[in-house]
Amino acid sequence: MFLINCPYCGERDQSEFSAGGEAHIVRPKQPTELSDDKWAEFLFMRKNIKGVQLERWNHTHGCRKWFNMARDTSNDKIHAVYKMGEKPPIK
Amino acid sequence: MMSKNLRIANSNFIDQTSRISFKFDGKILYGFKGDTLASALIANDIHLVGRSFKYHRPRGIMTCGSEEPNAIVQVGNDASMTEPNTRATEIELYEGLEASSQNCWPSVNFDIGSINNFFSPLIPAAFYYKTFMWPANFWKLYEYFIRKSAGLGKSPTQPDKDIYDHRYLHCDVLVIGGGISGIIAAKTAAKNNLNTVLIDDKNNLGGTTLFQQNECFKINNSYSNEWLKKEIETLDSIKNLTIKTRTTLAAYHSYNYLLARENLTDHLDLNEKKDKIRQRLWKIRAKKVIIATGAMERPLIFNNNDRPGIILSSSIKKYIDYYGVKCGQKISLFTNNDSAYETAISLSNSGVSINSVIDIRDKSNSLIVKQAEKLGIKIHWKHTVVNTNGYKKINSIEIMKLSDDGTAVVGKKIKDECDCLGISGGWTPRVHLFTQSGGKLKFRDVDNVFLPDKSELDQISIGSCNGDLELDEVIKNSVNSINKFLNVNNNDYKNLEIISSKEIDKKNIWLLPSDKPFGKTKPFLDFQNDSTANDIKLALREGFKSIEHVKRYTTTGMATDQGKLSNMHALGIVAETANLKMGELGTTTFRPPYTPLTFGAIVGRNVGKFFDITRRTPIHDWHVKCNAEFENVGQWKRAWYYPIENESMHEAVQRESKAARDSAGILDASTLGKIDIQGSDASEFLNRIYTNAWSKLEIGKCRYGLMLNEDGMVYDDGVTTRLGENHYIMTTTTGGAANVLGKLEDYLQTEWPELDVYLTSVTDHYATVSICGPNSKKILSKVIPDLNLSDKEFPHMSFKNALIDNIKCRVMRISFTGEHSYEINIQSSYGKSLWEKCFEAGKEFDITPYGTETMHLLRAEKGFIIAGQDTDGTMTPVDLQMDWIISKKKYDFIGKRSLYRSDTIRDDRKQLVGLLTDDPNEVLEEGAQIVLETKKQPIVMLGHVTSSYFSPNLNKSIALAVVKNGKKLKGQKMFVPMKNKTINVTITDTVFFDKENKRLNA
Ligand SMILES: [Zn+2]
Repeated sequence: MFLINCPYCGERDQSEFSAGGEAHIVRPKQPTELSDDKWAEFLFMRKNIKGVQLERWNHTHGCRKWFNMARDTSNDKIHAVYKMGEKPPIK
Repeated sequence: MMSKNLRIANSNFIDQTSRISFKFDGKILYGFKGDTLASALIANDIHLVGRSFKYHRPRGIMTCGSEEPNAIVQVGNDASMTEPNTRATEIELYEGLEASSQNCWPSVNFDIGSINNFFSPLIPAAFYYKTFMWPANFWKLYEYFIRKSAGLGKSPTQPDKDIYDHRYLHCDVLVIGGGISGIIAAKTAAKNNLNTVLIDDKNNLGGTTLFQQNECFKINNSYSNEWLKKEIETLDSIKNLTIKTRTTLAAYHSYNYLLARENLTDHLDLNEKKDKIRQRLWKIRAKKVIIATGAMERPLIFNNNDRPGIILSSSIKKYIDYYGVKCGQKISLFTNNDSAYETAISLSNSGVSINSVIDIRDKSNSLIVKQAEKLGIKIHWKHTVVNTNGYKKINSIEIMKLSDDGTAVVGKKIKDECDCLGISGGWTPRVHLFTQSGGKLKFRDVDNVFLPDKSELDQISIGSCNGDLELDEVIKNSVNSINKFLNVNNNDYKNLEIISSKEIDKKNIWLLPSDKPFGKTKPFLDFQNDSTANDIKLALREGFKSIEHVKRYTTTGMATDQGKLSNMHALGIVAETANLKMGELGTTTFRPPYTPLTFGAIVGRNVGKFFDITRRTPIHDWHVKCNAEFENVGQWKRAWYYPIENESMHEAVQRESKAARDSAGILDASTLGKIDIQGSDASEFLNRIYTNAWSKLEIGKCRYGLMLNEDGMVYDDGVTTRLGENHYIMTTTTGGAANVLGKLEDYLQTEWPELDVYLTSVTDHYATVSICGPNSKKILSKVIPDLNLSDKEFPHMSFKNALIDNIKCRVMRISFTGEHSYEINIQSSYGKSLWEKCFEAGKEFDITPYGTETMHLLRAEKGFIIAGQDTDGTMTPVDLQMDWIISKKKYDFIGKRSLYRSDTIRDDRKQLVGLLTDDPNEVLEEGAQIVLETKKQPIVMLGHVTSSYFSPNLNKSIALAVVKNGKKLKGQKMFVPMKNKTINVTITDTVFFDKENKRLNA
C-alpha cells in the first residue's frame, strides 16, 4: 500500500487514489488525419516496462486532481510526483 | 490407563491458585490461569490431539507457538461462534472454553481414515491431484468420504455475533516482537523522543529469554531472565511508548504499511467476552520498522518422526520452565546443535529424568554441553534415531551410529525407552515479514539459514531473525544496529558483561539415514499435509525442478501453517537430490497473512447494512409506504414496481405501463446523474465530448447526447439542457454518473486544460419527478398554474424556470417513454412534498406511480436504448442504428476517429434490431442466443436478445436484440433455441410503438 505525495494535498494513503495508466500519451490534435495504424497506436499501445515508469494518477477520494508519477514497477518505489503539464523530473 | 498429572509445582507464569475448567473432545478438564490449551492438555497427559490429513496418523502437540502443525482444533460449538483451524498452542485457557480435535472421524482415538496409513504405498505424492483427474463419476464416489474424513474443521453456519474493529495507527517507529532485542529497540527509540509502538503476539513481553534461567547465560552477573525482567519493569515509565500484546503482525506491505490483529477478548472467560470488541485490525503506517521476530526451531527429519510425544526441544523447555508442565516422565532429546542441552538442563533442574541426548555431531565443547555433562546427562555422540515406536504415543526409540559421511548408519541398534522425544534441528530466523515487505534474502552456509539482505524500505531486522543466535551477539549487534538505524547514541547497553555459551561445532543432515532402505521409511516433512521426504524425491524423479512446483505437487508447505516448520528441509532435500547449492535454489516467497486471520477481523464493521453505501432518493419513504419493490441500481435503491394487493410483478408492470400511456404515470427519476457545467467554453466542451453539435443549442432548450469512448463505443447517454449562455445541466445514466464525471474531469485536466469549464456533481442536490402520459399537461398546470404550457411556448425538448409555492424549480419537457411528459427538478429537501403535490393533482386522472421496470418497458416500446443493457462496450452509434446523432460537420469529438477504423466499418458487426416472436404471447429471455440455422452443426450464433417484454400497449411480445449484419436483415426469419424448444422470430425495426412520435405532442 503506497504512501502517495499528492502534489496538491501531500502524503495520503493509496486507497484515496486511482491509477490511470501510462502518462504523456497526448491525444492527437488532428485525429482525422491519422492512418488506422497511427490511431490504433494512440488508442491501444501501452508500454509495460520493468523499471521506472511514468504514469497517471488521480486523487479520486481527495482533491480529484490528476497528476503524474514516476514509479519503479520492480519495487514500487515512487521517484517523483509532478503536476499535469510539467516535464518529468527524471528521465 | 489412568492419566497422570504432569504439572510440577513451581512456575512464575502460571497462577496455580486460579483453576480453570474447560472441555476438550467433550471431556471436562482443568488447567490454570496462564495456560494455553496445549499446556493444559499436556498437563492432563493428553498428547493425541488430531490426525494427519492424508494417512490419518495420530498426531500430538509438537510446538508451543504459531508454527504448530498438528494441534489444530475447533473452538466452540455454537453455530455462529465456532471457529475452526485454531492452534491449541496459541489459545489462552479461559473458563468455559470448549475445543475439539479436527481432522478425525468419528473420533480422535478411533479414526476410519487411518486405514489410509496401511495403504500408504498406494497414496504417494499428489494422490489428491491425481484423483481429481480421474473420471468425474469416480470422484463422486470418493468425495463424501474424503471430505468427511479429511475434515479441515467446520465453518460456522450462522452469522458471527462478535464485534470486530478497524483502526489506523501512525508512529515513528514500529517494533515487531517483544523479545530481548525488541525491548532494547523500543526502549532506545522511545527514550529518544520517537513515538514508538511495540507489538508482540504473546500475552506478555520477553520472548524466550523471559524463562532462560541458566548459568551459561548471564548479564551483569544476573541470569538473563532476571536482567530482562528488570528491563521490562522500566518500560511502564517510558513516555512515547505504546505496548500492544496479544497482537499479531499479519501483513507487511510496501511503504511500511502493516496490518496487525489485536486479540481483545479471546483470552477472557466465556461470560466476560459478551458485547466487547473481539479483535481489532490495526492499519499501521510507520516511518521506521524494526523487525525483531526471533527464530523458530527446526525439527529433524527421520523415520517415523511424527508420533505424539515427539516435540520440539525448545517447546519442551518452554512447557517446563514457563508453564510448569513436563511433556513426559522419561524424556530423550535428539539434536544437531547445542540448544537441546538448555532443555536438558532445565528438565534436570526440574527433576525430570532424562534418558539420553542423541547428538548427530562428533562432539561439542561448549559451555552448555559441559554443564549438561556435569549434571550426568548421557550423550550419544555421532548417533541418530533410526525409528520410533508407539501408536498413540511414543514409547521407545531406536538409535544407531552414523557413518563418517553421515549417509548411513553402522553398528548395533540401541533401543531406548522414553515417553517423549525432544528434537532440535537448529534454528530458522523468522524472515517471513521481511520477505513480505519485498526484502531479498541471502544464504548463510555455516548454519544453513536465509537472512535478510536488501530492503527498499526504512526497516531493519535485529536479533535472531537477523541470524544472531547467541545471547551476546543478540545484544551487541542489536544495540549497534538500532543506534545506527535511528541515528541515536544510546549507551545504556554499552558496558554489559555478558556470559553466553558459544556453539562452535555444527553439523546438519537434512534427511537422516535409517537402517531401513529409503522408501520403506516415513520421514515426515509437512506434518499437517502429511508429505514425506519420499514425496519430495518422487516429485523430483517425476521431473519437477522448481521448488514452487515441488511444493504444489507434494502440497508441502501448503497447509494452514504454511509449512513454517519444514520449509528449510524441503529446500535442503531438493538441493541435495538435485545436486544444487541451497543458496542457488532460492526460497519460496512468504505471503500474508503470517498466521490466519478471521474473516471478522478482515471486514471489521463493514458488515450487514454497513457493507456498502445505500443511496435513497428524497422520495424513498413514499415508495416504501406504497409497497414498492426496490431494485438496486449501483448503490441506489430505486422503486422497481408497485404491486397492489396480491399482484405479481408481471401484473403490476402491465398495469403501470398501460396506465402511463392511457392517462398519466409518475416516476421518481432523482437517481439520474446530474452534472452542472459552467464556463465560457462550456459549449465547446460539449461539442468535444458528445457526438452531436451543441454550439447552436438555444438557451432554454434540451438535447439528447451520446457519449463515446475514444474507441468509438457508446459509453453513456442523457439529456443536457442549456440553462444560460455559459451554463448547462447534463444528465447521465444512474449507474454511470460517477464515471462520467471522472472521465470529463480527466479530459478537462489533462487534454484540454485551456478550456474554461467547471464541473460540479449535483445529483444529490435535486429531486426529479417525472410525469408522463396524455394527461400530464393537465396535471402540471394544476401544480404550476402560472406556467404557460402551450406547445408554442413550451415545446418538446425545452426548459422553463418556475416557482412552486415560491420554491424555485426547473421544468424540462423531455420524454423517455414517448409520451407527452415533464421532468420537474427541485431542491432535494422539497422532493417528497413535490411528489405528493403532483400525485394529489393527478388523482382525478388516476395518476399511477410506476417503477424502473415499467420505465424500461415503455422505452423499449419506443426502441430507446439503455446504455449498459442494449450496449456492452462493443457497440458504436452506427451499430445502434443511431447514425443521425453523429455530427458530420464537427472536426473532432471523443471517439470520432474510431468510427471509421477498419473494424468499426465492417458490415457484419452486431447491430441493434427489433425482434418479434411468431407467437405474440411468447416472451424471449434476455441474453438468449439468435441463430439462422438449427440443424447443421456447429450452430453459428449470430446475436442475442438484449431487452424483452410483453407490451400491454401493443398486446404482444417485443424485444430488442443485437444481430450480425442485422440492419440489412429486416423481415428475416430467425430462431432462438431454448432448452426445450426453438422459438421462431422475425427481425424488425427497433421502434414498435407510435413510430411517428405523435404522442409527444398529444
Ligand atoms: Zn490531492
